[in-house]
Amino acid sequence: MQSFIDQWLPIFYEAIKDTFLMVAISLAFSVLIGIILAIILILTRPGQPLQNKFVYQFFNLLINVIRSIPFIILLFFMLPFTKFIVGTSIGVEGAIVPLVVNAAPYIARLIESSLLEVNQGVIEAYRAMGIKTHQIIWNVMLREARPAIVLALTIATISLIGATAMAGLVGAGGLGDLAYRFGHLRYETDVMYVTVILLIIIVQGIQSIGNRLAARMKKD
Amino acid sequence: MIKLENVTKVFPSKKGKDVTALDNVTISVNKGEIHGVIGYSGAGKSTLIRCVNLLETPSKGKVWIDGIDLTKLSKEKLRQTRQKVGMIFQHFNLLKTATVYDNIAIPLKLLGVPKSKIAERVVKYLEIVDLVEKKDSYPAQLSGGQKQRVAIARALSQEPQVLLSDEATSALDPETTNSILELLLKINAELGITILLITHEMNVIQKICDYVYVIENGNLIEQGSTIELFTKPQQSTTKKFLNTISQRKLSDRLVDELKLGGRVVRLTFLGENTGQPLLSKVTQQFYVEPNILSANIIELKNGIVGNLVVHLIGNDHQVEQSLSFLQEQGVEIEELGVN
Repeated sequence: MQSFIDQWLPIFYEAIKDTFLMVAISLAFSVLIGIILAIILILTRPGQPLQNKFVYQFFNLLINVIRSIPFIILLFFMLPFTKFIVGTSIGVEGAIVPLVVNAAPYIARLIESSLLEVNQGVIEAYRAMGIKTHQIIWNVMLREARPAIVLALTIATISLIGATAMAGLVGAGGLGDLAYRFGHLRYETDVMYVTVILLIIIVQGIQSIGNRLAARMKKD
Repeated sequence: MIKLENVTKVFPSKKGKDVTALDNVTISVNKGEIHGVIGYSGAGKSTLIRCVNLLETPSKGKVWIDGIDLTKLSKEKLRQTRQKVGMIFQHFNLLKTATVYDNIAIPLKLLGVPKSKIAERVVKYLEIVDLVEKKDSYPAQLSGGQKQRVAIARALSQEPQVLLSDEATSALDPETTNSILELLLKINAELGITILLITHEMNVIQKICDYVYVIENGNLIEQGSTIELFTKPQQSTTKKFLNTISQRKLSDRLVDELKLGGRVVRLTFLGENTGQPLLSKVTQQFYVEPNILSANIIELKNGIVGNLVVHLIGNDHQVEQSLSFLQEQGVEIEELGVN
């Protein structure tokens, strides 16, 4: 037992660090892009004050197209693009670009549906008060949708953790890569079990934090 | 103060059947008055009030507020003019995630009211709506009436000249409705705010309106001072609305039966007439025996209207004479059971 810990602790530590790094960085970029996409979709959708059929359909289609591609295919398909953007297609940096491309449209859809649930009457009340559209986006729509957005991002984070495991295929490291290389390829089942247990703990933890945060923000 | 001039609103429909929600409607609300628009759901009253602050752009016609034609304004100017027009809604439309205090303070902040003045204003208007002690509560912790009070305080805190009320009491129980109506009367009297409201409840009109518009299928079918409307309703829709206040209608069968031995009339008294014993005079002077079938009195904002349905028993000539006597005394007469 002791020897297992001594042997593997640094490796697990490194893997957990890589996983967190990939998730954190790609989540940050995806949320940023996702929120912007969601707001564009909300504002330009038919029936809204800034409705624009062309813009709405363009982004709508773009998101659908990207979301139709399985991540594993996206990962290889994007190799040249990744290399062009970050200068390398392997390692943590190499994984982040496809992770963002994969997660951003997903997050955009989740945030879009959170924003759609905001009471239209409140938005109308603020329009009637003569408040500017961009102020309404920040102070009414995003504010009122906060609990729903937090829950949506919890889901997105968990599926990002899943995606990082596949990113191991481009040498990105992380827990998934560890389980694949040692657990699967080298038949070290102990490593596989520990990885799975670690992942379960991480996912449970994130979901609990997300639920609690959303409950605290929700005032009804 | 508020004027809609020949406003028409057509909602285009894909199937080629355009819906005319408002058809050439003209209304004019004087400064400091309370005007009400009444109609059934789907009559177009919601569209009408939303045309006043251009939440709905009229297809044709002009919208004036305080001498400014809103339909000619740029987006930016329109946004600024809207700040002079407060609005309250059936479903209150408060931020769920903000306290009562913040629900009033956030719009003020966004509208550029100096920070130092915001707290003062929020408290001032919370005092007017009598909710200061709830300032740290969230909307979910309030009753419907309290939520509407917050919404009223939010509208007032922008110190508008005009308040639009979109079915503000329709989601409230009768008692709460009354307290909100009293609040509206108070802010009209004390702050001099002009109010235009829409409703499907005749008691809202009865209690607070100076002037009434009846709207049906997008058309303005009748209008007049509240007293005129309660004493001399012309359209059947108006009469139906009046029936919701007091049971004015007797069954045809009953009227037909009674007509065999005299005439059945509705007498509407107004103001000073309500105090005079006119019916006993009818008995003494014309030997007609009035049998009272129903009676009620309705208190309006600007007067009292009495309503009597009587069965006049006597010979034809005497009944005729007594009716012209009553008419001379300023009593409105409507004969029932005459087609």
